[in-house]
Amino acid sequence: MIRAGLDPIAQFKIYKLAELKVGKYDLSFTNASFMMLLAVALIGLWMFFGTRKRELVPGRGQSFVEVTYEFVAGLVRSSAGADGLKFFPFVFSLFIFILFANMLGMIPIFFTTTSHIIVTFTLAMMVMTLVVGYGVFKHGFKFLKVFVPSGIPMVILPFVTLLEIISFLSRPISLSVRLWANMLAGHILLKLFAGFCIMMVTAFGLFPGVLGAIIPFTLTFALIPLEFLVAFVQAYVFALLTSVYLSDALHPGHH
Amino acid sequence: MEAEAAKYIGAGIACLGMAGAGIGLGHIFGNYLAGALRNPSAAQGQFANLIFGFAVTEALGIFSFAVALILMFVV
Repeated sequence: MIRAGLDPIAQFKIYKLAELKVGKYDLSFTNASFMMLLAVALIGLWMFFGTRKRELVPGRGQSFVEVTYEFVAGLVRSSAGADGLKFFPFVFSLFIFILFANMLGMIPIFFTTTSHIIVTFTLAMMVMTLVVGYGVFKHGFKFLKVFVPSGIPMVILPFVTLLEIISFLSRPISLSVRLWANMLAGHILLKLFAGFCIMMVTAFGLFPGVLGAIIPFTLTFALIPLEFLVAFVQAYVFALLTSVYLSDALHPGHH
Repeated sequence: MEAEAAKYIGAGIACLGMAGAGIGLGHIFGNYLAGALRNPSAAQGQFANLIFGFAVTEALGIFSFAVALILMFVV
């Protein structure tokens, strides 16, 4: 039904750039690993050149880095409290990495690493492992208070506790699926509308076809800024939810 | 019914779940805007809460979308 060139999910195909097998595990260097390395390299360069001079009155590059730093620090401070700032490096790395992966994916023909559930699920499990690990390490059995919110009448407390347990267990799924599905949906949508332009021309010939293709072309044009917004908002949401979950590990029982 | 047809019908039905997420998001942004117009000076401080509510609500719509995608391309 869908021709090969117009297939909206062909853009997510992973192919090997360099073969590497260790035992029975396939550790080949793929285009996904390349894009992740590219994101990390760009972040490293940006941070290195931004903070190299360390002036008292920051220049353009340095103030950009400082504004980003303050933005994430304010996010952590407002949702996890001042003692949540010990997790600031983690949240900052997550935010910047996801932001760069999303933004690099917006460049045509570039691969979007966050449109693969295994990438986002790994990031989400990293967050949940840290939350549970730190919570148990810091509070021991008192960490279980995270399931028992304070100030709830005794009558509905068992029900609320059950709901809290379900909501806690679904967190890694919702955290990873949100980012994955948003990036996947956006890129499929762009490809579909771009494909409509080509379908118009192939179906109706060059003269009426180009006129018909104006509508999907305009929509593609309008969707691209929206996708940039989604790319930023999803990185922000991931960092925000990470710090909200970390605040649970820091102060279990306060909701 | 052919299995192929049932797959596409199922994907269409799964997308109905997004209607609920749409209603929820409309409530969130509408109420935020209403509150922000009444007290614009307090609006900035609630931005993180707005995005948090948006993210939590949107996840449910995204789940139905994921079900539709799985029906279309995986099953």
